[in-house]
Amino acid sequence: MAINTVIPKKNRNIDDSFYREMKFVRMRTENLNFYYGKKQALKDININIYQNHSTAIIGPSGCGKSTLIRLFNRMNDLVPNTRIEGGIYLDDKDINGPKADVVEIRRKVGMVFQKPNPFPKTIYENLSYGLKIQGINDKTLIEQKVVESLQKAALWDEVKDRLHDNALGLSGGQQQRLCIARCIAVEPEVILFDEPCASLDPIATAKIEELIEELEKYYTIVIVTHNMQQASRVSEYTAFMYLGELIEFGKTEKIFTVPKEKKTEEYLSGKFG
Amino acid sequence: MRKNDIIQQAGFILLLLSTLITLFFLGAILYFVFIRGIGVISWEFLTEVPRRAMTQGGVAPAILGTFYLVMGAILFALPLGLACAIYLCEYSPKSYVLNIIRLSINNLAGVPSVVFGLFGMAVFVNYFGFGVSILSGSLTLAMLILPSIISASQEALIAVQHSLREASFALGATQWQTIKKIVIPTALPGILTGVILSVGRAAGETAPILFTAATFYKRGYPDSIFSEVMALPYHIFALMTEGTHPEKQTAIAYGCALILLILVTMVSGLAIYIRQKSRRAYGH
Repeated sequence: MAINTVIPKKNRNIDDSFYREMKFVRMRTENLNFYYGKKQALKDININIYQNHSTAIIGPSGCGKSTLIRLFNRMNDLVPNTRIEGGIYLDDKDINGPKADVVEIRRKVGMVFQKPNPFPKTIYENLSYGLKIQGINDKTLIEQKVVESLQKAALWDEVKDRLHDNALGLSGGQQQRLCIARCIAVEPEVILFDEPCASLDPIATAKIEELIEELEKYYTIVIVTHNMQQASRVSEYTAFMYLGELIEFGKTEKIFTVPKEKKTEEYLSGKFG
Repeated sequence: MRKNDIIQQAGFILLLLSTLITLFFLGAILYFVFIRGIGVISWEFLTEVPRRAMTQGGVAPAILGTFYLVMGAILFALPLGLACAIYLCEYSPKSYVLNIIRLSINNLAGVPSVVFGLFGMAVFVNYFGFGVSILSGSLTLAMLILPSIISASQEALIAVQHSLREASFALGATQWQTIKKIVIPTALPGILTGVILSVGRAAGETAPILFTAATFYKRGYPDSIFSEVMALPYHIFALMTEGTHPEKQTAIAYGCALILLILVTMVSGLAIYIRQKSRRAYGH
């Protein structure tokens, strides 16, 4: 098992090659099984999510990739009749353990969803929401965070003149970048992307991909996608899942050029999926 | 081919006819009430107390009484109904018990209003000793509109997309924060629409206030929540069934009916306006 250390926030903007070489495991699962009622959706998953790297999870529809990523911030708590066996660890602490604080976990592990889901409020309110629920009331601080997260999400120039307009007036791609900004505003350490471009056109998709690559410098990223090109473009590690099992996991260039498993090769060459 | 055309044409005419008949009755009611009622409406009619055994003066105490009763009913029913809907939608475990509770609430909406009136008399007037008063009447009307407020609120809460709740939870919000800051504000237009439609219903009901709040004649205006009041629907009923000058009273009754219709139409118009506005603001 790898060493677990958190890079202090203040160091995030400096050269991180040292940390990249070290490969800290930020999250991992241990013999993870997951059931919807009697149906087993995940079988014996063992995967490492490395600090400040991006990991793509690919596989055909229904392979369990969305189920897996939603377990990383306990979003499946909201689904009735589910059962987890095995462990999911964030910094070596079991996130489903008795001492785990789900609110704190979700603050550390942010999520961007398949369909843009901005609140039907103003752009500003969308971004300040996450801070306000933490009890932060300092207006200057909130404003600073709002601007900062919009800049990081490459949305600032497009919305700076209409921060107090309803967020639903934005285009689909802008809405998704707003959701990314909203996630960044609460300073998560890991960001989960669940097929973030599934409902977007190619131009909006390109912008989001560019953004995700940029965000890798500051965050640990997990991205679920059914688009193999997207996985190869944005991720350093790739996990291939099939029928609830993790078939292969490794460096993206290795998975895409010399896959070890026959199933992986078949999927990547378009024989099924 | 020809035969099908004829059937198609006949079906179309039948449907059109049904719509026209419905519209005719609606129009006829409005026309009838308007023609018979407009004659007595005047500034004096709207602002003064009745005089000379109801044959002169105005119906201001009845208008005010209806206003008090409706406001009181909303004051009781809205918080209770909303809280109940939130519990049922957001907190209670999904089970067959929940379905039974929902079914009971829906059945409550089907209980005849005179039964609520009797219940109100037995419980609020006699048992709690509030007497025949605004308080008793408001509480009885609140019981009456509670089911529709709960149903409307439930529908509005369920209509809030799950993805918004997920977004809120994913930012580290608790369930209560999510409900308070995301779910309720998003559902508010729907809830308000339900409330406003209930206002229309409460304003027009006679039976629930018959034994709990209303009086045929009262000198001056009510001075506390324990006063009995005049109310428009009961006033119409009383004018048509009691009194000594039926020919003059009938005209006044139609005048009251017209005022009641206008009030309810205004309230419904407000509901439609809010709904339209919120649809635009929330993009659905």
